[in-house]
Amino acid sequence: MIKISVASGKGGTGKTTIATNLAAALSKKGKDVVYLDCDVEEPNGRIFLKPLISNISRVSVLVPRIDLDKCTFCGECAETCEFNALAVLEDNVMVFDSLCHNCGGCYHICPENAIKEVPRDIGEIQSGSSNGLKFMEGQLTIGEAQAPPVTKQLKKDMPPAEITIIDAPPGTSCPVIEAVGDTDYLILVSEPTPFGLNDLKLAVGMARELKLPFGVVINRSDLGDDLTIDYCRKEDIEILLQIPFDHKIAKAYSEGRMASDISPIYRENLYELYENIAGRIKQ
Amino acid sequence: MILAISSQGPTLESAVDPRFGRAPYFIIYNTETEEFETINNSENVNAMGGAGVQASQSVVSHKPDVVISGNFGPKAFQVLNGSGARTALWANGKVSEAIELAKTNQLEYTQSANVKGHWQ
Repeated sequence: MIKISVASGKGGTGKTTIATNLAAALSKKGKDVVYLDCDVEEPNGRIFLKPLISNISRVSVLVPRIDLDKCTFCGECAETCEFNALAVLEDNVMVFDSLCHNCGGCYHICPENAIKEVPRDIGEIQSGSSNGLKFMEGQLTIGEAQAPPVTKQLKKDMPPAEITIIDAPPGTSCPVIEAVGDTDYLILVSEPTPFGLNDLKLAVGMARELKLPFGVVINRSDLGDDLTIDYCRKEDIEILLQIPFDHKIAKAYSEGRMASDISPIYRENLYELYENIAGRIKQ
Repeated sequence: MILAISSQGPTLESAVDPRFGRAPYFIIYNTETEEFETINNSENVNAMGGAGVQASQSVVSHKPDVVISGNFGPKAFQVLNGSGARTALWANGKVSEAIELAKTNQLEYTQSANVKGHWQ
């Protein structure tokens, strides 16, 4: 049971391309693999993997509702709320669902037991399979603000598998932390441009803060400059794989096809990359 | 009449702050006694979210009849309105000038929020 997450800092570096092809390459070698699309604000791994969806479930969070007959308007709920989701007036309590982070603090602190928690729907989980590869994705409902509860539910519902590949969202904030937290290894996909390097440094900072073992894949490695490689050497960061730009891969991508269909790098080299990582995790 | 005014500073000579939720101070002024007190709202200036809700909560605890600020967001308006306070838009000068306008009934009262909420 190995969990590998794929993140990037910068968007558009090839995170989903690496995650889907890695999952597919391992599955083709007979491994029991689940691919988890945790980029819940814009899940798109399914465009490559074209899974057959067999199950759809809803994701909800608990928000407070006040029983005004029991409430004494003492204000303790509003005082304890870190997110200012409650306002207590003389004879009314207002709840702002969009500010609520569903911590349950108000529910627990209410001395009158006047608060109950009710579910509020915020997203969806789809699961199925793609050529023997198990597939799952989360989708946050448009207009909702909080991605982490969807990711949390997705990780809770994922089927057990020999290898789990987690496709994380871009950036370095809460939705990413939720996706990559409690994984065994983090692959950071970057590109050798000033923009890629800038965001790679942020992602490295995050990985170190989380104490996650990690390495870097440099995509389109023959474009741009040498600063990313210099940075990795200086910081003693392992470069797991360098993938040169290939017009054929770009064309396949533009048509929503898997790079592994046309490029051995995406079959053999990604499998080797996995063995390299797995060997290290087992040590 | 009790007035609550969003303010950039702690005195009657301070400028009215055009922001409600993230104003650094509120001046609570009693037109009968001509006394005032200051609420320090600095904790809310850099709040992640819900600044309007939190600021309204502090303000309504003083039971104002009128709240004066340059802008009210939807959540702040809902709380202030729910408390029975009237909301007036004015931020063109000092707190003392706002008080004069309220006393002489020259303020324009709002029936809804005049700006959108942030993020949510």
